[in-house]
Amino acid sequence: MSGAQATAESGEGAPGFDASDPPGRFARLLSNDPPRSRLLAALLVAIVLGLALAPFLFPGAKALNVAAKILVFIVLVASYDLLLGYTGIVSFAHTMFFGIGAYGVAIALTRAGPSWVAVALGVAGAVALSILLSVLIGLFSLRVRAIFYAMITLAVAAAFQTLASQLSEITGGEDGLSFKVPEILTPAFSLAGTPFLGVSLDGRLVAYYLLLVAATLLFLVMLRIVNSPFGRVLQAIRENDFRAEAIGYRTVVYRTLSNVLAAVFATLAGALLALWLRYNGPDTSLSFEVMLDVLLMVVIGGMGTMYGAVVGATLFILAQSYLQDLMRIGSSALAALPVGGELLGALFSPDRWLLWLGVLFVMSVYSFPAGVVGRLRSLGLRSRR
Amino acid sequence: MSATVSSATPQQPLPQVRADWLPLAIVPLLALAALPFVGSPSTWLTLTVAGLAMGLIVFIIASGLTLVFGLMDVLNFGHGVFIALGAFLATTVLASMGAWTASPNLLVNFTAVFTAMLVAMAAAGTVGLAFERVVIRPVYGQHLKQILITMGGMIVGEELIKVIWGPQQIPLPLPAGFRGSILVGDAAIEKYRLIAVAIGLVVLAAMLWVFGRTKVGLLIRAGVQDREMVESLGYRIRRLFVGVFVAGSALAGLGGVMWGLYQQNVIPQIGAQVNVLIFIVIIIGGLGSIGGCFVGALLVGLLANYTGFLAPKVALFSNILLMVAVLLWRPQGLYPVAKR
Repeated sequence: MSGAQATAESGEGAPGFDASDPPGRFARLLSNDPPRSRLLAALLVAIVLGLALAPFLFPGAKALNVAAKILVFIVLVASYDLLLGYTGIVSFAHTMFFGIGAYGVAIALTRAGPSWVAVALGVAGAVALSILLSVLIGLFSLRVRAIFYAMITLAVAAAFQTLASQLSEITGGEDGLSFKVPEILTPAFSLAGTPFLGVSLDGRLVAYYLLLVAATLLFLVMLRIVNSPFGRVLQAIRENDFRAEAIGYRTVVYRTLSNVLAAVFATLAGALLALWLRYNGPDTSLSFEVMLDVLLMVVIGGMGTMYGAVVGATLFILAQSYLQDLMRIGSSALAALPVGGELLGALFSPDRWLLWLGVLFVMSVYSFPAGVVGRLRSLGLRSRR
Repeated sequence: MSATVSSATPQQPLPQVRADWLPLAIVPLLALAALPFVGSPSTWLTLTVAGLAMGLIVFIIASGLTLVFGLMDVLNFGHGVFIALGAFLATTVLASMGAWTASPNLLVNFTAVFTAMLVAMAAAGTVGLAFERVVIRPVYGQHLKQILITMGGMIVGEELIKVIWGPQQIPLPLPAGFRGSILVGDAAIEKYRLIAVAIGLVVLAAMLWVFGRTKVGLLIRAGVQDREMVESLGYRIRRLFVGVFVAGSALAGLGGVMWGLYQQNVIPQIGAQVNVLIFIVIIIGGLGSIGGCFVGALLVGLLANYTGFLAPKVALFSNILLMVAVLLWRPQGLYPVAKR
């Protein structure tokens, strides 16, 4: 958490930057927390443009699914960053809240039929449950040390996953729930008879742009939160909780609030996922694998930077979706090698892509704890000097 | 000052630390309390032995973890890798010793299982040594990084196991002589459970001996209480810690063999699954406490088996409920370790 991050953090007050100028409208939109690196800014613009125009740039159902997944995970990973990167709390129950959101929408739409009222009810119920649970867990275990919290949340998440698969009358058990979404979001709905730029204007497109708008809004709100005085206190707690307490901030209260906020945003991300997939089951939103994915995305993207969530989620999901194809080619080429080909082929087999991301994860915790974003920012600082 | 006091009253023994028997007493109390609910004594006996077997296996796995934490404040989320490694090595060793495991002779079976255990312990210990060097040493004293990095080690380890043994479930049948059960009165007790209890007790006895009767054990216990003090007396606690880490990993490998045989199949995710269980155990026991770990493991094992019989749905959450109950009673765990 120190090293590169500290340099990234200290770049904020650097002269000739945004600090002295009166903030422009765009800077205010970003809560005066711009990317602070040209490369990073270019990367972010590319990602945002790519996501905004995804249906037109990358035709095909798979590409749109990948783009939608990236949108959902940007929100989820950013909310986890709020907790891990800004407050320094390791929680393994984050997918629990993600799952609550997805199940909230899924259950409401299954029970009450496809209407916006049902969606609203589902989201409201899920958010209420998440707040309750996160307050309970927070008060129960955030008083003590970080490690304790990590273990407790691991246990609670495991129990919750079991609970979800056991209550099969409500949650559909292991099979999950398939449901109908409001008509405007279905593929059958048509906005206009004629295709626009070769893309038929159907409900999926509406759903995608709903996700895009929601994800953008949620991300900007989170960016605002971490750059508020409240966010400063969270970072103070991360750096030195004893000192923060001594200055007069009730760290338990702030930690719990951060926990609750992260839980609420994760819940909303879950609701978005359910609306997009029109399905929810334990494996899509609750499983420990999703939790590990989120952890990898935050760390690879860059902890405590928010933009890291965007970069991390995009890179990871692109790798998840397309790296495997690349590895399939590499693996078969390596397997043909006369010496050790079998082992090399197995190591690079497309099913083992997580192995390499795991190695990348370990290396990034060691070498660049502020992830891709921190790396780019410190590169920018160095070249400017 | 203390010298004059002791010379003035040479006969007076050192004041004994009052033993805290209360948590230990919960184990038999829980067993007795379950008796009326279960009803028939024979079923109760079967369940109790099963619970003790599970508890002792969990204890073997968790003891290393809690000690490593107590000594160096390192919590290894990658502990599960050693469990999985042990279990998978057992499948390989036992499969290659097919003639030995198929023989009905118990002694021959034991040789095979013993070989598997030795191989597993040696391999897990060696990997543990490397794991400490590569993964844990660079992040001493940084909790957040430790959690992240050991979790990363866990991911990589699990994937490597999938590379070597494949991602599918592998059956791990018990050797012929271990199968079946013996009758005690009306109660049918599976042989393997008795064997597991026996092995568990042997390990426990060995640990009690090491901790109670040897200098190394004394140093470890002292190190858990106050690391700086032991260091200032001139002992290299780092080296001691590496030893404990390797021993803990080896024990996890041993526990992995036993757990695999207990489940009779092995999947790569076994490590992550057992991880949750052992974390609950060491939280219940009090982080760093070996006695607490023992009591916690037995409680978890017994409760899982009783509730599994009485209310299978509740059994899935029995561990969590137990943890909440214990923490409400003693927020630092059953045996809180000083200064933690």
